Amino acid sequence: MAIAALKTQHRNLVQTMFDEGMLDNQFNQLQDLQDSSNPNFVDEVITLFCNDAERIITELTRHLSYQNVDFSKLDSYVHQLKGSSSSIGAHRLKLACVNLRQASDGWNKEECVEAFYSIRREYCHLRTKFQVMMQIQRRIVSLENNQQ
Amino acid sequence: MEMAVDKTQFHVLAVDDSLIDRKLIERLLKTSSFQVTAVDSGIKALEFLGLNDDDDDEDEQRDSNSESISSDEDQDHQDLGVNLIITDYCMPGMTGYDLLKKIKKSSCFKDIPVVIMSSENIPSRINRCLEDGAEEFFLKPVRLSDVNKLRPHLMKGRSKDIDFPDRTRSGCLISTGN
Repeated sequence: MAIAALKTQHRNLVQTMFDEGMLDNQFNQLQDLQDSSNPNFVDEVITLFCNDAERIITELTRHLSYQNVDFSKLDSYVHQLKGSSSSIGAHRLKLACVNLRQASDGWNKEECVEAFYSIRREYCHLRTKFQVMMQIQRRIVSLENNQQ
Repeated sequence: MEMAVDKTQFHVLAVDDSLIDRKLIERLLKTSSFQVTAVDSGIKALEFLGLNDDDDDEDEQRDSNSESISSDEDQDHQDLGVNLIITDYCMPGMTGYDLLKKIKKSSCFKDIPVVIMSSENIPSRINRCLEDGAEEFFLKPVRLSDVNKLRPHLMKGRSKDIDFPDRTRSGCLISTGN
């Protein structure tokens, strides 16, 4: 049955992300908050997160392109991204943010740039997986709705 | 005045500048059957309560029939509807700590329990908030198990005769949100 297969696919994808350290237990908390009265909760949170992360990455790119980097501004943006990463359970991305904060505390532009590249890489991997996850989830919801 | 507390919904005012965290705390609170108003700043929180930022002594109330303030304080809270305030610590402009101080200075709202959330585990920060009137301090990310700790504080506010053991401080320092 299509729905069961999709659910298995979804479960396996999430498990892989856990195994690779991309996600941590906080993501389980999000899933637990989703129910029949809020069937799209995880989807909505992930969408909000991605929009916000991309906004911050754009700002970080801009600020790191300046000759004189404003490290406190940098820190403020990374703090936001670290916070939202932590809130959705994006474990590796959160760690990448910690690294950038440390580099920023050291006022070392080169280290900041390296750390920023890590953030961007981690985010891209995460987003790709999230997009697949959401596609599967939406397909499940649409099939379940058709059944009724 | 008898109140059917289990049938009446508690109203929580949530304050956080992060959109994601607001969405999360709102869902957590609603899952626990709380009514929620979520705002993105301390200023908006004060506006919602009807407190002017610059007035510490003369607080404007949204409810106009406030003849007997002392005995009707609970009634005023009921009319305004806010039974608990949960706020992020790190916010631009007014921090959660600043908001806590303003609430505790207000004659109308000082008895509303305030809970602080923070992503940073800084003992001096935690202690300062608790000493200055916060009921609990939650480390982010906040979980359902944290939200479940709120009800006793709300029940205490409802029925002041009931004596709850003061486990706030030790309970709070132990909870790491893990």
